Amino acid sequence: MRYNERELLCLARQPAEKAAEILMRLPRKGSVLKKRLVKLVVNFLFYFRTDEAEPIGALLLEHCRITKEEENVFSISFVEEPERKYCFECASEEQCQEWIEALKRASYEFMRRTLIFYRNEIQKLTGKDPLEQFGISEEARFQLGPPQQ
Amino acid sequence: MKLNERSLAFYATCDSPADNTGFLYKRGERHTAYHRRWFVLKGNMLFYFEERESREPVGVIVLEGCNVELCDSAENFAFAIRFGGAKCRTYVLVAESQAAMESWVKSLSRASFDYMRLVVRELEKQLEEMRWGLAGGCGGCQGPSGSWKLKSSVLEQAPERLPALPAVLPKENGCAVWNNTPGVHRPPDTSGSNEHDGEENPRPPPLPPRRRASGSEVGSTRAAGAESLSSFCQLHEQYGQEVARLRQDWLER
Repeated sequence: MRYNERELLCLARQPAEKAAEILMRLPRKGSVLKKRLVKLVVNFLFYFRTDEAEPIGALLLEHCRITKEEENVFSISFVEEPERKYCFECASEEQCQEWIEALKRASYEFMRRTLIFYRNEIQKLTGKDPLEQFGISEEARFQLGPPQQ
Repeated sequence: MKLNERSLAFYATCDSPADNTGFLYKRGERHTAYHRRWFVLKGNMLFYFEERESREPVGVIVLEGCNVELCDSAENFAFAIRFGGAKCRTYVLVAESQAAMESWVKSLSRASFDYMRLVVRELEKQLEEMRWGLAGGCGGCQGPSGSWKLKSSVLEQAPERLPALPAVLPKENGCAVWNNTPGVHRPPDTSGSNEHDGEENPRPPPLPPRRRASGSEVGSTRAAGAESLSSFCQLHEQYGQEVARLRQDWLER
């Protein structure tokens, strides 16, 4: 699949929501934990070798599942391939929980649900649609669609 | 750089709602010929397929940090997705009608994660400000202090845990009386109906006396209250206790 790599590399250099050196293991057989700089920017998780400026890879965090594994460890897997897990071993349980929380909120789809929730709440309280002032009430992305799994 | 392409392809083709779809002509990078492609916008990702029925996208354009502009290209209904940065590329796309072009320009310019985040923060702020308004004159609907339940039907439907609202919010009852005049018709919304089991008052109980700005210990916090969340927490606690006492009274009548 083609993608605009330059722009993605540019994104990887933006200030991160969260960044840390964490041990990471890819879902390949025989893969071992390696120390990586892991950086969360919008809905992408970039991972770098600790001494390099360009990321080795990026994970788009849509339709993914963040799971607490054993102590200090969490994994990211994707809905269409739940057994393929990217594993991350943190320095502490606290760091592990922080990353889990941050990653769960990091998808565009999560933001969308949040927005719809707030929109609904405000509409219930005031009778008015708060998106009207932005001129975006009709946008497809802000509609309350059918509940998704 | 590796990308989780399989997951991207899944995202592109799964049945989650798209923010826009349609045919557009896309100009190639090296050759100036246009190719007609089926475009699917989901979130901040613009996927394009060779055909509408193709099972996998040919490519994707990540839309963070882009500008969407009308184009003065020779073609009608042309617009461009432009990225900053010296070597970054401009994608020229051509729609098949004026309406399609406008629709795409609108949806693409609002497609970034950052934009979504801005709107969410703005609504969050508005909601918080409304909850502030609640502290000024609370009606009688709540549970035991400290365990107020947020009875929103949206919450009940939400498949995952909710966004973290500021710490004060989960204590509040989502169906509290927002209008301070008793007898005003409440919106006919089941999630808003105050139902505290066992409480049978047919009319709303009397409101607690409005605090004066000069009053007691609340006075000083009130002035600064609008600014400081910790003061609000104190205020909230104080009101909560008073309301709990009042509730005790009403239940005994």
